[in-house]
Amino acid sequence: MNVLNSYRTGPDERGHFGIHGGRFVAETLMPNILALDEAYRVARADPAFQAEMDGYLAHYVGRPSPIYFAERLTEHLGGAKIYLKREELNHTGSHKVNNVLGQILLARRMGKKRIIAETGAGQHGVATATLCARFGLECVVYMGAVDVERQKPNVFRMKMLGASVVPVTSGSRTLKDAMNEALRDWVTNVDDTFYCIGTVAGPHPYPAMVRDFQSIIGRETRAQLMEMEGRGPDSLIAAVGGGSNAIGLFHEFLDDPDVEIFGVEAAGHGISSGQHAASITGGKPGVLHGNRTYLLMDGDGQIAEAHSISAGLDYPGIGPEHSYLHDVKRVTYLPCTDSEALAGFQLLAKLEGIIPALECAHAIGKVMEIAPTKAKDHLMVVNLSGRGDKDIFTVAEHLGGQV
Amino acid sequence: MTSSHPTRIAARFASLAAEGRPGLVTFITAGDPDGVTSLDILKALPGAGADLIEVGVPFTDPMADGPAIQAAGLRALKAGQTLAKTLAMVAQFRAGDAATPVILMGYYNPIYVYGVDRFLADARAAGVDGLIIVDLPPEEDEELCLPALKAGLDFIRLATPTTDDKRLPAVLRHTAGFVYYVSITGITGAATPDAGRVSQAVARIKQHTDLPVAVGFGVKTPEQAAAIAAGADAVVVGSALVEAVRASLDETGAATPRTVSDVVQLVQGLAAAVRGVARAA
Ligand SMILES: Cc1ncc(COP(=O)(O)O)c(C=O)c1O
Repeated sequence: MNVLNSYRTGPDERGHFGIHGGRFVAETLMPNILALDEAYRVARADPAFQAEMDGYLAHYVGRPSPIYFAERLTEHLGGAKIYLKREELNHTGSHKVNNVLGQILLARRMGKKRIIAETGAGQHGVATATLCARFGLECVVYMGAVDVERQKPNVFRMKMLGASVVPVTSGSRTLKDAMNEALRDWVTNVDDTFYCIGTVAGPHPYPAMVRDFQSIIGRETRAQLMEMEGRGPDSLIAAVGGGSNAIGLFHEFLDDPDVEIFGVEAAGHGISSGQHAASITGGKPGVLHGNRTYLLMDGDGQIAEAHSISAGLDYPGIGPEHSYLHDVKRVTYLPCTDSEALAGFQLLAKLEGIIPALECAHAIGKVMEIAPTKAKDHLMVVNLSGRGDKDIFTVAEHLGGQV
Repeated sequence: MTSSHPTRIAARFASLAAEGRPGLVTFITAGDPDGVTSLDILKALPGAGADLIEVGVPFTDPMADGPAIQAAGLRALKAGQTLAKTLAMVAQFRAGDAATPVILMGYYNPIYVYGVDRFLADARAAGVDGLIIVDLPPEEDEELCLPALKAGLDFIRLATPTTDDKRLPAVLRHTAGFVYYVSITGITGAATPDAGRVSQAVARIKQHTDLPVAVGFGVKTPEQAAAIAAGADAVVVGSALVEAVRASLDETGAATPRTVSDVVQLVQGLAAAVRGVARAA
């Protein structure tokens, strides 16, 4: 299928990455999705749109985000030279804002006044509420009732920013159900509403568009490492929920054959426990939320409830481009359990003075395993996708203490 | 694919036209609240006045359905319903009723996982006449629509208020059996459609196709059903039936002696109202 000698040309016109992707949505939404596709195509080719993005990225988001040599972590693990791409230092505390900025500027171009979003950890919800406040747009965020409970600080932030947060009580009450509810809202309010999806999933063009908005992470990484080390990285590693922070780092390097790439899936209580969120390691291809991709499900095609300590990874699917990159074996997807992530969380806090979000603590958990096996001149870049303030209650509970 | 026999769907719409009245299409969720009761309801529908039957295939994540049908699907799944059991249920129904069209309605994933070719063969053998798959727009026709037509099953497409004249031909191109006009922008069981606007929309669709047009989403009472049916070839009622099932259950969620009869009574009322709609010749 990949006739061209590149992993970076996807998707095709109809949104396919290999067998994955596509547009599996109700007819009511199709005209909107085609209009979005067209609007994005035009915006992308318009230098004024790019200039507007660049201005806000520099002065509002605070880009470029630093790249930082984690000296003590490197020393402790005794192998690869570890760099952290500091997406947690962006305004709102995660990489999510890169994508939201792009989509909100696009929504403004399209004349949409009402923005809806789904959120798991609440980081995408906070970023969306933030930009809606900045541009005076109505904002409604759907969030699973379980996540409302475990990510309370972010619920409060969204409300302060003027968004309404709707707790979703259907199904497993987590991210997938929030996405169902957001889609139901969109079907009902097609005319005035823009659906701002928080990851590289959903019907085409979302997976490609969100990736494009996040790809700045990898482009900056290349330039920054070039400056500091005089060369590019040897390996990249990032946590994968839907996969937006990961593809944001990876995409720039997919055609660099010497760069090893690792995506880290949440393995919850372990793959064999059945309680996990590792769609590639433990799932198979299916169709949900507008695209074909690896999904956790039973033999009848019923979607399984995912489990992860991290609300942002607690989703039974993964973006279609990752499924493709797995099929063609360009990226290696590794499972990381709740307890390995907690170990990563604590290690980074103690050695580097950085409290990571539980999502990217999964990447740190695997760095602890992989870095020691690499030579000392091996350059490894970890995407530190978010900061951990939102997670202190969850972590305290798991470590048997209290905040 | 010209067939020497008209399909059950075509035959039923032809006889409705001959009778000079619109049809009543009823929706139930397969396996709700359990397999046995659900089959009993299915068998009772034609006698109560249903002209065509949609059987909902339960799915964990029904993104176009409102709370009533979501809950019905979850009840059925909890009771152990699977796609294979749904096909077996249709086969049992078909053994006693050779004429009433049965259309499976649902989402693509259970069919994709079952395997498209195996599914089409088994559905055909069970006596299924058509498919309505909510998350397969014309952009994805190669997935199931074209194979279904080839296998002799009607693929019934949804047209919506957002399907404009430019897009309508693409939506209708591979549609067979009838066109399902979704009367509102929204999920099943939501807002009540405006009968006047619906009949205008039906007229617009009919400029593009000779197929019958059925209208559904949001129709709940006999009065609404009659008003909508007056401007269409058939009216679809779903959430109201599923709601009647729910209301009849005991506190543990189990069927009661009322379950089948409550649904039958509701359908009789709807059928009487729809049959009262006189057609201008
Ligand atoms: C900090 C952080 N990292 C990662 C994720 C996972 O999303 P994605 O895989 O799209 O980056 C989230 C999602 O909520 C997040 O908040």
